Amino acid sequence: MSIKRKRNLSATIALLPTWFAAVVVFIGTMAWSIRLSFTNSTLFPSSTYVGFAQYSKLFASAKWLASLQNVLIFGVLYVAGCLVLGFLLAAALDRKIRFESAFRTIFLYPYAMSFVVTGLIWQWMLNPTLGIQASVRSLGWESFVLDWVVNRDMAIYALVLAGVWQGAGLVMVIALAGIRGIEAEQWKAARIDGIPVWRIYVSIILPQLGPALAAAGMLLAMGVIKTYDIVVAMTNGGPGNATEVPAKFIMDNLFGRQNLGLATAGATVLVLGVIIAVAPFRYAMHMRNQAKGAA
Amino acid sequence: MTKSHPNGPKPARITAGRIGLYAFLVAAALFFLLPLYTMVVTSLKSMDEIRLGQIFALPAELDFSAWVTAWSGACMGTVCVGIRSGFWNSVAITVPAVALSVFIGAVNGYALSLWRPRGANLLFGLLMAGGLIPYQIFLYPMVRAMANIGLYNSLAGIILVHVIFGLPLVTLLFRNYFVSVPEELCKAARVDGAGFWRIFFEIMLPIAVPMIVVVSMLQFTGIWNDFLLGLVFAGRDYLPMTVQLNNIVNTTMGERTYNVNMAATILTAVVPLAIYFLSGRWFVRGIAAGAVKG
Repeated sequence: MSIKRKRNLSATIALLPTWFAAVVVFIGTMAWSIRLSFTNSTLFPSSTYVGFAQYSKLFASAKWLASLQNVLIFGVLYVAGCLVLGFLLAAALDRKIRFESAFRTIFLYPYAMSFVVTGLIWQWMLNPTLGIQASVRSLGWESFVLDWVVNRDMAIYALVLAGVWQGAGLVMVIALAGIRGIEAEQWKAARIDGIPVWRIYVSIILPQLGPALAAAGMLLAMGVIKTYDIVVAMTNGGPGNATEVPAKFIMDNLFGRQNLGLATAGATVLVLGVIIAVAPFRYAMHMRNQAKGAA
Repeated sequence: MTKSHPNGPKPARITAGRIGLYAFLVAAALFFLLPLYTMVVTSLKSMDEIRLGQIFALPAELDFSAWVTAWSGACMGTVCVGIRSGFWNSVAITVPAVALSVFIGAVNGYALSLWRPRGANLLFGLLMAGGLIPYQIFLYPMVRAMANIGLYNSLAGIILVHVIFGLPLVTLLFRNYFVSVPEELCKAARVDGAGFWRIFFEIMLPIAVPMIVVVSMLQFTGIWNDFLLGLVFAGRDYLPMTVQLNNIVNTTMGERTYNVNMAATILTAVVPLAIYFLSGRWFVRGIAAGAVKG
């Protein structure tokens, strides 16, 4: 017994730095931030409690509301775009094509690049005076318009375009691994029944990829909530509030506008958003694992 | 489980469907490659040529001066020293942060899966929850705490921050890896009198080499590509390349030099791209392993 305890002591000591990080850094700083969100702190932390005043102020702010709406539009289109394009690419690559590995390399390379780089490349491509728009116009199509980055109504879709370009490859890799894992027998059976290839992908393959695609979608959705770099690099929130996002709103108020209370209230709302987004998914996984265990 | 060969029947002769399939793949490849192509040709043009508005045209003559300027003369606000210092800052931040986080991740994974000391599950759960939460909620108190211990705006500080925020992912990957190691291996070594650290260094680290490669690659790319933490914690003297790149492109005064901007962008992207192209398979394994986290 004493030997066992001594052995476990080394393991416990080895984990001490990580305990410190988990308890002091993760929990401690989060508690501190949440506490600040109930005070009237501006440049420096204050200990004057103001209840939910910062939250009322937050949800009365046009910029915050715009940023919530933007991140919702961006998130839905970005995740859906990556899933659809990624799945299509994986299904196409699965059709015994030549140069499969070259295509795969091409579809995935943007994922290796940072959001800053992604944002800057697309900012240049979509530059209204010298970018794609100018090139197409010089070919004779004088009325061609591709001014998304400077157009209030379209700027958010410019972010979606850049995001999907960067992230679709990830879904392709995950979906392709899933497709290759499906039994060949199912293919034979479906072919004998004379089901067209596209129906096989939609009705047989796609449902079986459910968990893998859900995991990929989850991963992308977590990224959506943290969206910051790509916005700063590509549009810096503009034109107007057209591409403001919550993470950027918080950063601006934290370090630019010296508005601690409001920023921490925003961050708390963001954390609640993550919990609300993740909880049902985790719960479903937990229940399914339990069901598996019971069976 | 996974088969390496594609599903489906053997392709028939050339049919309309096959042509459509290749048309889709080629169109998709163009969509993915065009930005890279544009970036490269723009960086090789002179500003006079760029002003013609032919973004896809090949450069009339190769002009590497934008690359030289991007590396050693581009301006961030009023300081014109190029992105060179950012490159070395990123190296100085990334290399130690990767080494440290891989080591700590391996120790954590090994201790959590093969020793399971008291509270192991709680610690693991806390880490996983921590990995999901947006950084914004940690930032301000961390800045204050780091300032109090004199690590704010320092190289050691930004390295420490990367190691801490990397813990959830590296611990998860190593734990999942060591869980599959037969427990008998550990027990037998214990019977022979080997302790926690000896088993770790002499048995577990050598078997974990494939995982070490995957995690290193994942961490290297992730830390190199980081923007937010570098912006907040690194301080003026240690700004990583991504932050300097954004400053060069988005805070210029006067006319924007697109050729220099694109050269600087390529220079920033080149390290993760090299890792990707040189070790594609490992990279794919890494992101597949990372995706399991969801």
